[in-house]
Amino acid sequence: MSSVLYDVPGPKAIARNRILGVVTVVVALAILGFFVWRLAATGQFTAEKWSAFTYTNVWIQIGEAALSTLSAFIVAAIGALALGFLLAIGRLSEHAWVRRPFTAVIEVLRAVPVLVFMFLLYYGLPAIGVRMETYWAVVIALIAYNGSVLAEVFRAGVESLPLGQKEAGYAIGLRKSGVMRLILLPQAVRAMMPVIIAQLVVTLKDTALGYIITYEELLFYARYIGSQAALGSPIVPATIVVAAIYIGLCLLLSLVATTVEKRLRRSPRGGVVAGANQPTQEVTDTELIVAQRGLGKFNPGAGGGV
Amino acid sequence: MRMTRTIAGLGLAAVAALALTACNSGSPTSPGSGDADGGETTEALWEVASDVSLEGSPTYDRMVEQDGVVVGVKNDQPGLGYEDAVTGERTGFDVDIARWIAASLGFDEDQITFQTIPSANREQAIVNGDIDYYVGTYSITDSRKQQIDFAGPYFITGQGLLVAADDDSINGPDDLAGKVVCSVTGSTPLQRIRDEYSPGDTVENDTYSQCVEQLKQGQVDAITTDEAILAGYVALEPDALKIAGEPFSEERYGVGLPKGDTALKDHINALFTDGGDVWTALFEEHLAPAGISGEQPAVDE
Amino acid sequence: MGVISNNLDVWWDGLLGTLILFVAGGLVALVLGTIVGAMRVSPIPIARAMGTLYVNTIRNTPLTLVFFAFAFALPPLFGLRLTAPVPLLLAICALGIYTATYVAETIRSGINTVPVGQAEAARALGLTFGQVMTLVVMPQAFRSVIPPLMSVLIALLKNTTVAAGFSVVNLGSVRAYLSERGENQLFVILWVAVVFVALVLLLSWLQRSLENRWRVAR
Repeated sequence: MSSVLYDVPGPKAIARNRILGVVTVVVALAILGFFVWRLAATGQFTAEKWSAFTYTNVWIQIGEAALSTLSAFIVAAIGALALGFLLAIGRLSEHAWVRRPFTAVIEVLRAVPVLVFMFLLYYGLPAIGVRMETYWAVVIALIAYNGSVLAEVFRAGVESLPLGQKEAGYAIGLRKSGVMRLILLPQAVRAMMPVIIAQLVVTLKDTALGYIITYEELLFYARYIGSQAALGSPIVPATIVVAAIYIGLCLLLSLVATTVEKRLRRSPRGGVVAGANQPTQEVTDTELIVAQRGLGKFNPGAGGGV
Repeated sequence: MRMTRTIAGLGLAAVAALALTACNSGSPTSPGSGDADGGETTEALWEVASDVSLEGSPTYDRMVEQDGVVVGVKNDQPGLGYEDAVTGERTGFDVDIARWIAASLGFDEDQITFQTIPSANREQAIVNGDIDYYVGTYSITDSRKQQIDFAGPYFITGQGLLVAADDDSINGPDDLAGKVVCSVTGSTPLQRIRDEYSPGDTVENDTYSQCVEQLKQGQVDAITTDEAILAGYVALEPDALKIAGEPFSEERYGVGLPKGDTALKDHINALFTDGGDVWTALFEEHLAPAGISGEQPAVDE
Repeated sequence: MGVISNNLDVWWDGLLGTLILFVAGGLVALVLGTIVGAMRVSPIPIARAMGTLYVNTIRNTPLTLVFFAFAFALPPLFGLRLTAPVPLLLAICALGIYTATYVAETIRSGINTVPVGQAEAARALGLTFGQVMTLVVMPQAFRSVIPPLMSVLIALLKNTTVAAGFSVVNLGSVRAYLSERGENQLFVILWVAVVFVALVLLLSWLQRSLENRWRVAR
């Protein structure tokens, strides 16, 4: 029960914690109540505002928008995984003339914001005569960015494996490609599964950036239906509905991915890398160092049970 | 077990909710109720041409090859280019001009695909070939002529200001000091307001309907764009909005075409010049009720 | 090149906008993130639950949606008038609230890397809570927290571009202004990308050097 911050609570501490708990609840309810009051005061709970959502056609259009989001996500996810493998293998090469360009490419792709990449594809390329639909601008930008992040993840996974695995592979006569394909990468992927899942959720969230280049996904539709004066301009209800759908989709994705990971895990040994709750969006250099040295420093899931 | 039961419960709830929505499969009253029977009135105005042959027009060849026309329009300008959010029905002066042009090229209603393109992406869409032509409050300007061609003009209006009905402090573009003005990204009115007048602050949105919402809620003080567009919104809500002052520029609407397609441009110009009756009928139906007056302009050569 | 030298005012405004969003958003995120992080490791179950709810909700929400909610749903609720600072403030709030979740997680994991024995020994010596924190826990946690925190800040810098879609001037919106002036959009966007790569590489270098200085020997 004791943790870094506090000791096992004695009677005074228990009483103080109870009071603090009540205070926290009161503050939270006050903030929530304020928002609910503002919602009611501006008439967001009237039937008129929500009338848009009684039309089947509107729900069909919401469904189509959700499908646009998901289709962009699935293609981007598969592409990012493929690109990640490719870049990781290049990055792990023993020849410097292969390794250096791949490292440069990965660093540059990670440094450019996804939105700037989408702008480049959708607004920049037509200037030299290449036409690009919004869908492909979104998908290619997502593949480029997430592929480079996943490349680093795969690299960290491979470098976290004990050296003996690779040596055993060479000892039985496998060559570099065989060792990589049959021994190192499968274990690396299993070890890094939580990080990969987190990055896929990031990919799904970043499809929303397509709104800014007028890709017709959920946010675009929310803005459209929210400014229809004939339906009462339901911008706040539209935002609430679309937010619920996005959160639901992301949670569903995490659930599906975690279930798949559990089914695929044949051996209980998952490697010695960071736990399921990654604090940051990308693998940090510290975590890479940790992973390479086989230490379990960054393990937010453990420690104190808080 | 509990998980499957909760998921089943949620699924049933979702299906039940969806069933309830079937109560409302029509649409709320569409604006400009004259357009409700748009099909009947406009069909009588023209006939779909047959045996059309337009030589030397790559755009027309593409239309024939795809057996259809893709037209870029707006979807949130009542009276000009409007799409009902629920039924998807397209109405408005610009939309009917587009239908008229398509009919003259031998394509009937079923062969027209309307695509909504916001102001900032119009040149892109034409240059890329995503659409065949664009009819949607598209002002003819020299900088745009560097990328595309225009047929027309088919309408002349001017830039104006839309304010709340009870706001008397703004009577013209010189009263904008300290006021927040809203318009659409990439439109000429916004550039002109910034360059020639000095408003307090400017807000950019992607669509005018967003600006109208912000005006009604007091987030912005005025909207600036062409009077024809503003009049459509006033017609929808005459108690809440009004036009302030007189137009302070001239905007000439044209049909956006791919650059260099003179054959198509001449065809459309001839259609406009010879079709005065059709033009007047469309004007009477869509724009006159909003209180605008105007007459058909002569096309550029 | 011409694209930059002819339009220095636009580029300067854009760069300034990005830096303002980054610094202000970062401050909001650090303050809010510390509060939420403290809630998540506190002994009060309600506070822990609320902190977890907040973090998990925002982590499953796209940043664009948070911006959308602040830019379009909030002004009607509070009757805000959109004078010049208001969209900027809304954008800073959106960035701050979104990034605070990652800051909170980083602080929580940093605190958890300090072995419990350190704190127990400190308490056994009779040090008060404040002394335990400042003399024993924070110096050790600090070293583990800074590198991931730098990653979060780098992500924040890249996320400031999203404000371009919501009427705020920053490097991402430079493209729209310059296309109105007729510049070649490809070069404009390439230069924007170059500026970002430079800034991110700078911050990454800073992160690596801090990490090397403060590497914890175990």
